[in-house]
Amino acid sequence: MTDEIVVTENLTKRYGERAAVDAVNLTVGRGEVYGFLGPNGAGKTTTLRMLLGLVRPTSGTALVLGRPPGAPETLRDVGALVEGPGFYPYLSGRENLRVLARYNGLGEVAVEAALAQVELTDRARDRYRSYSLGMKQRLGVAAALLGEPRLLILDEPTNGLDPAGMADMRDLVRALADGGQTVLLSSHLLGEVEQICDRVGVIAGGVLLAQSTVAQLRGTSTLLMRVDPLSTAAGVAARLLGESKVSTVEGSLRLAAEPDRTPALVRAMVEAGVDVHEVHHQERSLEAAFFALTGEGQAREQEVMA
Amino acid sequence: MNAVRAELRRLVRWPALWILWGVWSALNLAFGYVFPYLTYKNNGATVGPGRGDGTLALLLPAKAPIVAVQGLPVFGGALVVILGALAIGSGYGWGTWKTVFTTGPRREVALGGTFGALGVVLVGITLSTLALDLVASTVIGLVEHQTLAAPAVLDVARGFGTALFIGGVWLLGGALVGALTRGPALAVGLGLVWTLVVENLLRAVADLLGPLRTVTDVLPGTAAGSLAAAAGALPEGAANGTPGLNTILGAGTAGWVLAAYLVGFAVLTVGLARRDLAG
Repeated sequence: MTDEIVVTENLTKRYGERAAVDAVNLTVGRGEVYGFLGPNGAGKTTTLRMLLGLVRPTSGTALVLGRPPGAPETLRDVGALVEGPGFYPYLSGRENLRVLARYNGLGEVAVEAALAQVELTDRARDRYRSYSLGMKQRLGVAAALLGEPRLLILDEPTNGLDPAGMADMRDLVRALADGGQTVLLSSHLLGEVEQICDRVGVIAGGVLLAQSTVAQLRGTSTLLMRVDPLSTAAGVAARLLGESKVSTVEGSLRLAAEPDRTPALVRAMVEAGVDVHEVHHQERSLEAAFFALTGEGQAREQEVMA
Repeated sequence: MNAVRAELRRLVRWPALWILWGVWSALNLAFGYVFPYLTYKNNGATVGPGRGDGTLALLLPAKAPIVAVQGLPVFGGALVVILGALAIGSGYGWGTWKTVFTTGPRREVALGGTFGALGVVLVGITLSTLALDLVASTVIGLVEHQTLAAPAVLDVARGFGTALFIGGVWLLGGALVGALTRGPALAVGLGLVWTLVVENLLRAVADLLGPLRTVTDVLPGTAAGSLAAAAGALPEGAANGTPGLNTILGAGTAGWVLAAYLVGFAVLTVGLARRDLAG
């Protein structure tokens, strides 16, 4: 058995001329929380729908748990919440889960366990119709958790949750992964992905732009040095790090270097007669990396972070 | 079987089902007994005993299985179309098909579960209609001091089977438009337009346009009306006949035509439900 829980090869979905998902190759490893990150309309949900067999790919292949997506034997080990929860409005939360449990031959224990995991036991007797947006979302996650599936596919699981609910959901996702379940979640919230995901795939315009760990995606960090004289310092830094890693910004020296290079740099500069006034370590945010990848202007920044 | 149990669980808790069940029972009672009885009481004095007795005979327990069937082509079919259209169509609006399909069962299994559960519901509706009609006819018989003869077992079985068969065809017809439109509102609308308007219009046109008759003669409504008449209900035009009932097709032909619709509707519904679920 492979350690790759989800593998896609050139997975493509076209609607007419437009490619909603264009030759996506993504891999999700066992036990990790994989963040599928992209702006609205990037192709996240369509990709997830293909992984669940709800939508057939135009071309390319996908393997989920080593099996074709959407097959009953695959879905038995997969729990999903895609594009908002879908439940019978006239049934209670508990009764909705019971209906779904019946489909898989699961019993009352599974239903109660799922309700408890999303902390909905107290309101489980109320009709779904009367639930708040956040409770509906939590019930959707509970349905995905039924039967402790090996893979959870959660499409924007924190949608509609208040800040406390979002924090709880993040804790739950982390706990599930720590318990050995693999989680593939999509999000347009960079902070969320940064907090809980082991690896990230960035998608925009249907194209998977990058796939790596959060740290790799951020890239190397930056050292900002306020030094005098600037030209001498730049020469020293270029000798130690290479020309390409050195630039000057607003009278400061900007170096693409990890913080552990700081003592050597400062020592070399002092020896060269440079006055070092300030050294500041700046880590590139995932957000900056995201915008660099998606090529979107800073104007979109606030919208995405909202 | 898991799918049937799951679908039955959500259907029996669905208020819409009980509303339709109630309306069915009320209409069956009203058009099967209340109005004919009132007509009989009114006419009995003026038209004379011969005519009156004929009407009364239809309202006694022996004829209860026929009364249970005769409403099907008129209002029963329309109500069952609504049930089928809502049972399938609403799932798209609520997003429950998406949830169910990602839970595990193949789509044909999930849809089969719905069909099975709706079948159980239909058996319930038919049995309760028979029971209701037996009670109503017994009450009328007692009030009118008639000798109460139970219906022949064969009549009961034939009435039950015919009602179930016709109901099943309309139910799956509704399910088909539900899967076609992927929503409840349009599905119900289209289903009703077909059962209440289009078939009648086509039959009217066919009276003027001969060749169209070959089509209208095998429409589901025509076949259902023929089968109901074959089961003993009086056709349109006969004294005390029911609108929508006819003798266009023989029992055998009507049965085969309806069976073809039953299978065709089921297969098409499942086929339509296998489309991409992208919305």
